[in-house]
Amino acid sequence: MSLYALQKLLYELNRDPRVQQEFTADREGAIGRYRLSDEEADAIRNDDTGMLYILGVNGQILMHFAAWRGLAWDDYIQAMKDALAKHGQVRGGIYAAVDGGEGGAV
Amino acid sequence: MSLVFAGIMSHGPGMRARADRADPAVRDPFFGALDRLRERLEEARPDAIMVIAAEHFANFFMNNMPAYCIGMAEDYEGPIEDPEWLRVPRRTIPGNPDLSRRIIGKVMERVDVAYAEEWKFDHGIMVPLSFLTPEFDLPVIPANINCQGPPLTPLSRAYEFGRAVRAACDAMPERIALIGTGGISHWPATPNSGKINIEWDREFLRRWTRNDRAALTGYTDEETLRDAGQGGFEIRTLVAVAGACEGSTGDLWFCEPIPIFATSGFAAVMNLDEQAAAKAA
Repeated sequence: MSLYALQKLLYELNRDPRVQQEFTADREGAIGRYRLSDEEADAIRNDDTGMLYILGVNGQILMHFAAWRGLAWDDYIQAMKDALAKHGQVRGGIYAAVDGGEGGAV
Repeated sequence: MSLVFAGIMSHGPGMRARADRADPAVRDPFFGALDRLRERLEEARPDAIMVIAAEHFANFFMNNMPAYCIGMAEDYEGPIEDPEWLRVPRRTIPGNPDLSRRIIGKVMERVDVAYAEEWKFDHGIMVPLSFLTPEFDLPVIPANINCQGPPLTPLSRAYEFGRAVRAACDAMPERIALIGTGGISHWPATPNSGKINIEWDREFLRRWTRNDRAALTGYTDEETLRDAGQGGFEIRTLVAVAGACEGSTGDLWFCEPIPIFATSGFAAVMNLDEQAAAKAA
């Protein structure tokens, strides 16, 4: 259930400038409104895009969140590769890495 | 009959956001094929364009995810993404709520669909429109198929949805263009982004241009995920266009892998039968 809540927070952030403003003004408050695990809350707290990927956030949600947080495309891909090396395979959702996360366009 | 154009094309955000990083030897002929698609669309003199796109969580979430949804708004805002990231300026795109409502009513005679009077466009619609209607002045009837949040509608139902769209278009006095946009094989927004199974893509497009219903709807989701990635689930949008053109065959104009776009760049059209074209003229 908490992957659902985590993705919902990101979905609402992605599409609603008002939620973005709230997040920017009071990130802890925003985090507190969703039923997140400690690991999920930490990933949001620390802008840890790679960990959000490992936790199973759908790429179509994560890609836009990463862009909004100012991560350039190559840095976004690299953050996922680094997290994969550190934490192992994606734990949920349908965006698991293949081929050990090798490849990728540059 | 009022379906005057039917085609398919890729929609990856990289086609705008990272266009400068693509190999010009492949990118330029691909964009040339899209120019040709725009010209074919303009020659058809449509009153509106229906875009069958893949939902990417721009509008719907897993609290209430429609398998199919058609827009019915006065206008639409897009892109939802940071415009500087996508390199497509944010704007308002006209809709046609009256035409939407009539189309939705007819579609519902055959298949169940949700409707939405509020809808934001993401790259899945903005990128194709930026090539096909660069002034964003042609009224849009957006349609979405859930290709991201399983359980997903079966491919056979996507074909049926297309048939229902065709019957609806045929019942309208307006001239309607139809474009389906989705990736074929791709692993988007993952560490593997840029991986492309070009053989799978070409085989899928062979099935599409033959409009071979059994072959188009014969993939299981397990096979698609294995061979074409999670992005491959978006073939539903292309299958729907084939369904809308049942009885017609198509031509493939371009299909080459462009890794920085995360997919093959492709463009193809269905040749709507001459009888239909004569009636529409």
